Amino acid sequence: MRKELGLAVLILVIGTVTALIEPRFISTVNLFNMANLVGLYGLFSIGQGLVIITAGIELSVGSMFALIGVVFVDMVVNWGWSWPLALAAAIAMGGVFGAIHGFLVARVGIQPFVVTLCALLIYRGVARYYTDDATVGFGYGGDFDTLANFATGRSFGMPNTFLTMVVVALVMWVVLHRSVFGRYLFAVGKNEEAARYSGISTRAVIASAYVICGLLAGLAAVFLAFYTNSIQPSAHGNFYELYAIAAAVLGGCSLRGGEGSILGIILGTVLLQVLQNLVNLLGIPSSLNFAVMGTVILIGVLADQHLQKLRAARQARAVPAAAGAAPAVAGSSPKP
Amino acid sequence: MTDAVLAMEGISKTYPGVQALKDVSLSVGRGEVVGLIGENGAGKSTLMKILGGVEAPTTGTVTVGGTPHAALTVQEAIAAGIAFVHQELNLFDNLDVAANVFIGREPRRFGPLKLVDTARLHADTQKLLDRLGVDFGPATPLAELSIAQQQMVEIAKALSLDARIIIMDEPTSSLTIAETQTLLRVIGELKAAGVAIIFITHRLGEIEACADRVVCLRDGRLVGALDRDEIHHDRMVRMMVGRDLRALYIPPAVAAQPDAVEIRGVRTTAYPGHEVTLSVGRGEILGLAGLVGSGRTELARAVFGIDRMLAGEVRLDGATLAIGTPRAAIAQGLFLVPEDRKRSGLVLDMTIAENVTLPGLRQVAKRWLIDGRGEARQAEAQRERLRIRTPSVTTTALKLSGGNQQKIVLAKWLALQPRFLIFDEPTRGIDVGAKSEIYQLMRNLADRGVPILMISSDMEEVIGVSDRIAVMHEGRISGILSRDQFSEPNVMQLAVGRPLAA
Repeated sequence: MRKELGLAVLILVIGTVTALIEPRFISTVNLFNMANLVGLYGLFSIGQGLVIITAGIELSVGSMFALIGVVFVDMVVNWGWSWPLALAAAIAMGGVFGAIHGFLVARVGIQPFVVTLCALLIYRGVARYYTDDATVGFGYGGDFDTLANFATGRSFGMPNTFLTMVVVALVMWVVLHRSVFGRYLFAVGKNEEAARYSGISTRAVIASAYVICGLLAGLAAVFLAFYTNSIQPSAHGNFYELYAIAAAVLGGCSLRGGEGSILGIILGTVLLQVLQNLVNLLGIPSSLNFAVMGTVILIGVLADQHLQKLRAARQARAVPAAAGAAPAVAGSSPKP
Repeated sequence: MTDAVLAMEGISKTYPGVQALKDVSLSVGRGEVVGLIGENGAGKSTLMKILGGVEAPTTGTVTVGGTPHAALTVQEAIAAGIAFVHQELNLFDNLDVAANVFIGREPRRFGPLKLVDTARLHADTQKLLDRLGVDFGPATPLAELSIAQQQMVEIAKALSLDARIIIMDEPTSSLTIAETQTLLRVIGELKAAGVAIIFITHRLGEIEACADRVVCLRDGRLVGALDRDEIHHDRMVRMMVGRDLRALYIPPAVAAQPDAVEIRGVRTTAYPGHEVTLSVGRGEILGLAGLVGSGRTELARAVFGIDRMLAGEVRLDGATLAIGTPRAAIAQGLFLVPEDRKRSGLVLDMTIAENVTLPGLRQVAKRWLIDGRGEARQAEAQRERLRIRTPSVTTTALKLSGGNQQKIVLAKWLALQPRFLIFDEPTRGIDVGAKSEIYQLMRNLADRGVPILMISSDMEEVIGVSDRIAVMHEGRISGILSRDQFSEPNVMQLAVGRPLAA
């Protein structure tokens, strides 16, 4: 929890400073917009986080958005599918992509980076070919209006994307931090061999993480499509996987696997959005956007590493006392 | 010896809690072949690491080329002409023979361009290969060579370094008989050229064939030396073993019923050509002895479903077990306490409770959700039962001592219902107190009717704890001893592949 607390404090500090310089930061409109984006980015960052906990990585999220997006537009605009069916199909598409990645990683044994890098290229290419590189849009109305209104609308004064993300986060919190499967995810991420020796089907666990990531990417793809309202297949969702990875890493997921929490991932997403937002509000040239984000992540990771070293040093000082006591305890056991 | 190329005097090495070597002196003369023997863990590797400059001795001096050193560095060892031919080859299989021989010392040309002078490289390598009389050339890709040929490349590399002492650590362990003969011939030629050789092997026959002198280590001490005319198999075996055993044996409370577990015709990837058949009785601890590399761990891994079993079956109480994955094995009550507890036994970064409940997590879960209190209860129960010394079950496993970590591995299985337990080196690196607790536990389990197979390289443990001992040699059971036949020479005899004298 220490990491999450630190992150929350950091967000509050940055938020306060920004608000003092530029009061518009805490205007209702601005907060609403940020919540909307946090909801959208949070959805797929959670999936990314699960994959990272298994010591994997999912690079194809952004390309999935483009491919699932253009197909989804076709489904509701041109093929006249009802919106529940189209929504289910979009989520299922993500799930199938995830299953393929999971199979290639866990069963065939290709490195996750390679599998998902190829997927990134393939989905992007297919999406562009599918539409002849043309931008597609939803046009004006139809049966899917209900879904469009939901995706862009609000309930209880909050954007529905944000509320959806909160629901998903709660469910995934239970899955990751309270369920048998969640425990297996951490065990596999930390020590796959010991997990296998304990009877865990490590391959199934790893593959499942990619499937969940794909399902959430499918859901996020629909929200994103309505958010942008039109899809330019060559640019739609570009770099989004990197936002997700950044959010997960900021939130305490280790790329070595076995570490991370849902709350951390969400806070990581919030911090990224706050940064983006303050770049806009404070009049920093938006071309510097990435540079600001990169710098903050780097500083965050450096600070975290430094804190861990301090903690380890403190523990090392505490250990000699404990070690001195240990032989006395061992000595009290019956000798053969 | 006055013309010693190497003299080690009064070498001791202490690791925290372990005295690996105690006052060992060893000198090797020019052109002398010294056989170094001893059981697993007798201190041979430590001694050789000191020679190679990898480890520094706690006390003692190493004199090479007339210069005494308190400790060698790796560079000094190489400069002094000490070269190693390891059991595990240290070669690059993506390069050719010549590149491997002269790696890091390639002849160069065109001054600052530092291009490799391939012609000279190959010519120099060819000279060395000619000396060894091998049938491959400098441009052969290493990957195309057999293990034996790769070993020759290692030797060529040693010669190119002007080695005056070559240390061969189990060089024949993966060679065929014909390849071994070739190696022995090469050793003879090196000897004639004045190169000294320290030859470490468990195969005593090879020592009989080539050594001028044999020295034996036991428990970190030099326990004896034999000159050329005294080198005889039985004398070597006697030197390697023969120490007082402390009474470890706890007799079974009830007589064992035979054949509760039958391992029939099992072949593993380690020795695909050899079958293992064994049976363990209900209430019995069967010790499985043998030298490192005899195929015992591979047998355990195959039975537990980690590795593929090439052939054979395992029967428990007359019913054949479905084997293939650890998950299936665990579901049928077959558990393995693995050899490497830090890598395979525990998730070190997780807490004690999380580790204990990992294999049976669904027992402490309701509808897939972990019941935190139930989990803590189960862990707490195991902690008391096994007397795991820890401030709390939420302590990370990493922070505990070896003995307590091993108890966590045991706790994982005891929380379930074991029907057959395999222990692979159950007390390696564990202090004496925890050892005896683990032995007592094994006996309690056996008395409750669980057949136990205990793989151990610790002679004292095998003889002290087992009810019967099966000995493995190169993927086969070379013999089974009953308690009245238990003796270190008998176990050692079978472990090196010789039948017992009737």
